[in-house]
Amino acid sequence: MYKATVIIRRRQSILDPQGKAVEQGARLLGFNNIGQTRIGKFIEFNVNVNDKSTAENEVKEYCHKLLANPIMEDYDYKLEEVR
Amino acid sequence: MSIKFGVVVFPGSNCDHDAYYSLKKVLGYNVTFLWHKDTDLQNSDIIVLPGGFSYGDYLRTGAIARFSPVMEKVISFAENGGVVIGICNGFQILLEAGLLPGVMLQNDSLKFICKDVYLSVENHDTPFSNGIAKKVIKIPIAHGEGNYFADRNTLDNLEYNNQIVFKYCSKEGLISDEYNANGSQLNIAGIINKRGNILGMMPHPERACDPVLRKTDGTMIFNSIAKKIFAEV
Repeated sequence: MYKATVIIRRRQSILDPQGKAVEQGARLLGFNNIGQTRIGKFIEFNVNVNDKSTAENEVKEYCHKLLANPIMEDYDYKLEEVR
Repeated sequence: MSIKFGVVVFPGSNCDHDAYYSLKKVLGYNVTFLWHKDTDLQNSDIIVLPGGFSYGDYLRTGAIARFSPVMEKVISFAENGGVVIGICNGFQILLEAGLLPGVMLQNDSLKFICKDVYLSVENHDTPFSNGIAKKVIKIPIAHGEGNYFADRNTLDNLEYNNQIVFKYCSKEGLISDEYNANGSQLNIAGIINKRGNILGMMPHPERACDPVLRKTDGTMIFNSIAKKIFAEV
């Protein structure tokens, strides 16, 4: 079995209003050194197969079809074997 | 021969009853609700994907609704030329399903906007707009994520093929940033597919039908669709 962790990021070219709003909060708290806040998603799940390349294919398909919208988001993933 | 509208109900839809009420009680059409688990469209002539927050807007707006059992049927209905109108969350579902191009981002103001807006009718030659006897109509919007985004190539194609049906504008029909409700590219409020049988729009025509609300421009959209279908059967 593999444990997958997926990070979904909004493409750099696309405005991230959530990141912008959070950064406004940071300013109010006096965090003046913080910039370029971007908010994404962190998703973890298990893939119940024994072979790593099958697991990879499944994760990619899951990301592509559902977890990320390729028009506005990119994804990265990490697979870890769980015994 | 009476025309039948099918209004899809997802968990979290909240404009389904508004659509039902306007179509049935105000406009006098046959209407049926279609539950998201249904796999039978009950011979509906027109499918309405209503507004709301299907599946809590989890993950992305429309992302999960798009895989509902009923959507499989709606997708094949649409691919066979069936007339589908997606309103607000329904538009977001059509985008996620790939039936229309592009994606919705959060409004550029970061606010949920609920107000009447003016729409310039950019293409009167569609099943959804052929009966609109005006250049500018007034329809309310109510959304947090209606900021239409697509890449340059997609936008060029939309313009080239006349797929942009509604644009946000002033009362007089002026299209500019000032009257862009949510930051949408090209002021886009509603688009159709290339074939012309699928419309997605963020504004809510079903909330502008009953004369008691003192705005009735939404009726022209539904009557256009019905007239078109009626001419075919």
